[in-house]
Amino acid sequence: MNKLKKITGKPLFLPIFCMLLVMAVNIVYDVSSGNFAFNFFTISVRNGVLYGRLIDILNRGSEVTILAIGMTLVVSASAGTDISVGSVMSLAASFCCMLLAGYGVSAANDLAVPLIVGVLGAILMGCICGAFNGFLVAYLNVQPMVATLILFSAARAIGLLLCNNLIVYVRNESFQFFGGYLGFLPTPIVIAAVCIAIVGILLKKTALGLYIQSVGINKRASRIAGLNSARIIFLCYLVCGLAAGIAGLVASSRISSADSNNIGLNYELDAILAVALGGNSLGGGKFNLAGSIIGAYTIQAISITLYALGVSTEQAPVYKAIIVILIVTIQAPPFKAWIKRMNAKRALEKGGAAA
Amino acid sequence: MKSKIASILICAAMVAAMVAGCGSKEEPAAAPTEQGTEADAPAETPEADAPEEAAPAGDGELVTIGFAQVGHESDWRTASTKSCQDVFSEANGYDLQFVDCDNDSAEQLNAVRTFIEQDVDYIIIDPIVATGWDTVLSECESAGIPVIIIDRTIDDSDKYVSWVGSNFKTEGLAAGEWLKAYTEAKNISEVNVLVIEGSTGASATIGRTEGFKEIADREGWTILDSQSGDFTQEGGQKVMESYCKSYEGKFNVVVCQNDNEAFGAMDAMKAASVSYGVNGDVILISFDACTAGLQFVMSGDINADFECNPLAAPFVEDVIKTLQSGGTPDKEVYMVEHWYVNEDILSSIEVNGESQELTVVTQDIIDAQY
Repeated sequence: MNKLKKITGKPLFLPIFCMLLVMAVNIVYDVSSGNFAFNFFTISVRNGVLYGRLIDILNRGSEVTILAIGMTLVVSASAGTDISVGSVMSLAASFCCMLLAGYGVSAANDLAVPLIVGVLGAILMGCICGAFNGFLVAYLNVQPMVATLILFSAARAIGLLLCNNLIVYVRNESFQFFGGYLGFLPTPIVIAAVCIAIVGILLKKTALGLYIQSVGINKRASRIAGLNSARIIFLCYLVCGLAAGIAGLVASSRISSADSNNIGLNYELDAILAVALGGNSLGGGKFNLAGSIIGAYTIQAISITLYALGVSTEQAPVYKAIIVILIVTIQAPPFKAWIKRMNAKRALEKGGAAA
Repeated sequence: MKSKIASILICAAMVAAMVAGCGSKEEPAAAPTEQGTEADAPAETPEADAPEEAAPAGDGELVTIGFAQVGHESDWRTASTKSCQDVFSEANGYDLQFVDCDNDSAEQLNAVRTFIEQDVDYIIIDPIVATGWDTVLSECESAGIPVIIIDRTIDDSDKYVSWVGSNFKTEGLAAGEWLKAYTEAKNISEVNVLVIEGSTGASATIGRTEGFKEIADREGWTILDSQSGDFTQEGGQKVMESYCKSYEGKFNVVVCQNDNEAFGAMDAMKAASVSYGVNGDVILISFDACTAGLQFVMSGDINADFECNPLAAPFVEDVIKTLQSGGTPDKEVYMVEHWYVNEDILSSIEVNGESQELTVVTQDIIDAQY
């Protein structure tokens, strides 16, 4: 009983519980449709690479996960969200493909510049956008939503200009690597894992995480205590932009083209949702990176589950909304308090009966 | 302080990049129109006639045309845009106001209202959605501006002069009839189809689904599943990835409602080691027949591709000329379309009771395609 309490008391218990709950739906579905019960969870090796729905979740969820890392830091430090990440993804992808294919070229089989230039270009473009957002928020004190709204609407359009209003195809195997496979693992999974590891180690081994939380809780007090609050906020937005650049690179490599209208469309909302599903407060301050990451994969698990259940694409958003409402409710403090009260009551009744 | 300077520099760089971006847009925008007319005149005789005919229509003054385009979500759309920009060029006696609405229907309504304010002579709309048009079309009517609809359709209003486009249902029917003839020729008795639809509610999606389903019902084929891939490569890839797992070994036909979805589906099937195309287990059917699509038809990755002709502008120009000379154009103008296949085993199919030719893709056809 005590052990159970210890587990349920952990901050990550509820996010993980919710994710497992979503996946459990598939067991019910598989059993009821007469399939093998763990059909959804089966991972096999095909063509020398891992294959299965779980791999799909990890693979397809990579972009949102990478975005969620940056978003968590931004939310924590500035108590606001960066709504430009989806558009920045698209801009980074467009810039990368423009570099690789050459300006005005709509389809290229050979790279115009070395691959590394395109990759660094995408990442640099992400960083520039992040720095722009960060400058507005940290040094000009513009509200985060307003500051990032600029690039939310402009970045996609700049991407279109860079691509001369075309979908730029880069049909080159070396470019397809980032959305393809590294050994037996899909590369996006590896990229996401590396991003998580780097940020995780940075937060754990340095005081950065503590600084970010402290700035998020009270910016002025942190400054008085000797922290350069503005610089920390700036840094968070920079990281968020960087994450968007990496995500954009992965997304465009997947389809080996820069489809500026559709890359990263609505991803900013998924990233914010991931932060919230991970049990983080959007009001800033304390944060839990692992929670956000679990949140991101939960969102992907929902999408893949809906595909697996054969829910028609038109109705899918409704089910997604219902699941999100449930998850958010389960994690809401009043609901938790209510559960606690019910438990206490039951314990009391039990105690009463025993006596 | 240092970081402040750095961030100011970065901001400056950002602004510079934006300005540079804006500048570079204007150059190519002007360039293709010139190049286009230059290239058209000597190369293609039918196109070359157009400017000579159009010149007197302008009476020395340019005919202003507002064009509210859907966006540029696919190669098809780009070809459609380019067709309009080439035909309605200044050299041909037109002043084209082009608005890319980025798939945002509110933006498109705005664009049309702006055209009314600018008092253009004609408005061309490629409607993003089929409904909600009556008010704005009434405004056009009271402003006395004729509206020509291209490509997609409008369901809730008839206050336009003419509609120029493809018969999507015929495309769907043709795909069905071809599949029937093909499976008969190849002795395939059981047909289990997976459909990757286009954007929900788009008339191309509705027409192609309807047409194909009609044949599928008649022939007793099983449509295992039908989900939307939003006409994008990523969408097609995602849906196919899931199909490969849900219906492993149960399907032998995949119908993608545009080429981009087919590219995505091919990637997904490759990853799941499902063989497709002419020598594969799965028959892959696509629509649109853009250049890249036809290349895959020639290489045998796509079995058949049903064209949706994007070059509406010459047909629209005919409508405008009819209006200029005081005539009444047809309410519905259907464009000529081709059905492309890889194998030369069938020469024609019967669609709606009339025999239609099948074209085997060669390099010449690819080069001539948009």
